[in-house]
Amino acid sequence: MAKIKWTTADPKGVLTGAHYLDGNHAACEGALAAGCRFAAGYPITPSTEVVERFAARIPLVGGMFIQMEDEIASSICLQGAVWAGLKAMTVTSGPGLSLMMEHIGLAAMLETPCVFVDVQRGGPSTGMPTLPSQADMMQCRWGSHGDYEIIALSPSSPQECFDFIIDAFNLAEIYRVPVFFMMDECVGHMTEKVIIPEPDKIKVVERRWTDKKPGEYLPYEPDPEDLVPDMVKAGDGYRFHITGLTHDERGYPAATDVEVQDKLVKRLCNKIYKNAPKIWKWEEMDTDNCDVLVISYGISARVALRGIEMAKEKGINVGLMRLIVVWPLPEPRIKELAEKVKAIVVPELNIRAQVAREIERLVAGRCPVIPVGHAGGTVHNPEDIYKAIVEAAK
Amino acid sequence: MSVALKQNPVEQFLRIDRMPHIWCSGCGIGTSVNCFARAVLECGIDLDKLCVVSGIGCTGRVAGYLRLDSFHTTHGRAIPFATGLKLANPDLHVVVYSGDGDLAAIGGNHLIHAARRNIDLTIICVNNFNYGMTGGQVAPTTHHEKVATTTPYGDPEYPFNLPYLAASCGAVFVARWTTYHVIQLTKTIVKALKKKGLSFVEILAPCPTLYLRRNKLGTSIDMMKYFKEKSIIKHGIDPKEVSLETYDKEIIVGEFVDIDKPDYLDNYNEILKKKLGDKFQPWGGK
Amino acid sequence: MAEAKTKKKKFRGVVVIKPEWCKGCEICVTFCPTGAITMSKNFNEKGYHYPEFTYPEKCTGCGLCGLYCPDFAIYGYREKIEEAEG
Repeated sequence: MAKIKWTTADPKGVLTGAHYLDGNHAACEGALAAGCRFAAGYPITPSTEVVERFAARIPLVGGMFIQMEDEIASSICLQGAVWAGLKAMTVTSGPGLSLMMEHIGLAAMLETPCVFVDVQRGGPSTGMPTLPSQADMMQCRWGSHGDYEIIALSPSSPQECFDFIIDAFNLAEIYRVPVFFMMDECVGHMTEKVIIPEPDKIKVVERRWTDKKPGEYLPYEPDPEDLVPDMVKAGDGYRFHITGLTHDERGYPAATDVEVQDKLVKRLCNKIYKNAPKIWKWEEMDTDNCDVLVISYGISARVALRGIEMAKEKGINVGLMRLIVVWPLPEPRIKELAEKVKAIVVPELNIRAQVAREIERLVAGRCPVIPVGHAGGTVHNPEDIYKAIVEAAK
Repeated sequence: MSVALKQNPVEQFLRIDRMPHIWCSGCGIGTSVNCFARAVLECGIDLDKLCVVSGIGCTGRVAGYLRLDSFHTTHGRAIPFATGLKLANPDLHVVVYSGDGDLAAIGGNHLIHAARRNIDLTIICVNNFNYGMTGGQVAPTTHHEKVATTTPYGDPEYPFNLPYLAASCGAVFVARWTTYHVIQLTKTIVKALKKKGLSFVEILAPCPTLYLRRNKLGTSIDMMKYFKEKSIIKHGIDPKEVSLETYDKEIIVGEFVDIDKPDYLDNYNEILKKKLGDKFQPWGGK
Repeated sequence: MAEAKTKKKKFRGVVVIKPEWCKGCEICVTFCPTGAITMSKNFNEKGYHYPEFTYPEKCTGCGLCGLYCPDFAIYGYREKIEEAEG
């Protein structure tokens, strides 16, 4: 039986009340509410406020923040903190995420529960540091070398930056996986009302500490049901060894054992595929008998509401599926809707149809998938989304 | 009646199920591990609280052979991982055990910042003058003009003076020995482990399969004799003077730097106490 | 004529060898200060010659062999003879 223990938030980290915060600040508060007590980061526009607030708050909450010398150091420092027993995160934007790639792979391989926050900005390269995009969506999933799977969430308001980062931390702990909190500059710098509830209203997952004793515990012995191994921390006498090399259940290197590789890598992916129904999170609006379905996520989903409104004024029956967990995609529901609609329209702030192409792959020809791309730097003009819906309705 | 034979003290540290190890015949890494094991025993550190973090390379394999909470991380990044471990739980005793290429080339930036911050870590750097695991490429510690696979005609570069690098960036304890000086090395590691702040111990070691063979420097035993012949012990000397540019230069060994300075957490706690007063609970501080 | 006093040794050296771990580097034999260990003519499973504690009476128990051994295959120590003989 998977030993998932739910509890409520530690009051020390919860700033209960009604606040007026931008997404970055709200994300920091959400992390603290989720029990995050360690962050390592490096300044990068437009994400820096998250760690600036964390640095100011954490001494009074109890924990540690350190600005490391680069993103490469930050992305592994937080993993050291996790293995010492704390919930930890790092925060960055596109260029920093690129630097962190090796350690994202390490987190996936070591099965370190942790959160990577990416406040996406215009790219590629230095791009548009102060303006939004959603162009890191493929990178967060496929960026590191080798085969592994991760979970990614996308908020579309400061309130959601607070609420969903808590989900991100919980998912990380349950599945022992790096979870990506894919914000964007627009949401990050947008200031709105954020309600932070009482601590006992916030549900938080405890780390899945093993109940096995030293000598019995194996760091990579998976739970037969959810395929996820239980966790320990350094200093408790387990004398465990973990390595980024292909390893067996003892954690020992087995770098030339093809069978071990097969088992391990498949499990790293299957633990997400198999548990996907418990991981998916999305919202639907007017999808019951719609002719056109808009699928979007993050800030683009919010902008799409206006495009949808314009289309409805013209009498088009259009619905919205808003992805909150973007990876893994809710495959069965997308397929189900694809059977019924004339076309699916996917607005996102990138021009290579990063999520749209994955949707198209799933849909497998059931209906056309029409990406509404945008190079970033600002959000979509709702007019463009409206036009795409009109085309789709034909 | 004869007493039962004693067990080699290093064995309690080893993952016996993984022996014999992969290091070559005559490799200096195993020798350094003996000294490390004896030093740990002498310090009386709680073995459950002792963590060893390694990078990638031959020396990087040390973590995998030790029966402690041990971490085999990415190339060059053992130090930031160790920083995270230590800062998250200051009760842990964290040792970084890695090689010259791992710590001074790809990991160089992290080395200098850890020294600057004076994080309470003990860094053991086994310097075998090349990248062993990958077949003997040039390293920032390769002697000038020596041959390596990526400098087949001789290294045009000059090596780092690692003790100087560490000391100049703020390390509070800096020493160098060779694998010939096993007794002194053990004593020095005891001090390094007990020292609060960033300790850096460089251990010069033979790589008989690659560096020695390619440069026709003989066997591991020949290099140990070379260490014996060329070494001069100069405790307390300015680390600026201890560079190793060419193979024929004298090798200055000893404990070069041993100063007392508040470590990262001392400074962190002090500043916060000053600014926040009683509202602030010191993090891990004593 | 007075009897020559025979000095009784209080300590002796003991060397424990694990031939199966040895890789035949011969560092122990080379650096043993008294020549108490020599390389065996035999091979271990991996094909390496390993040391043997050939001259125990020469061993002082300095322990250098054990400290040097890169393979943890040899360990030397000093023990009190009275203890050893109950």
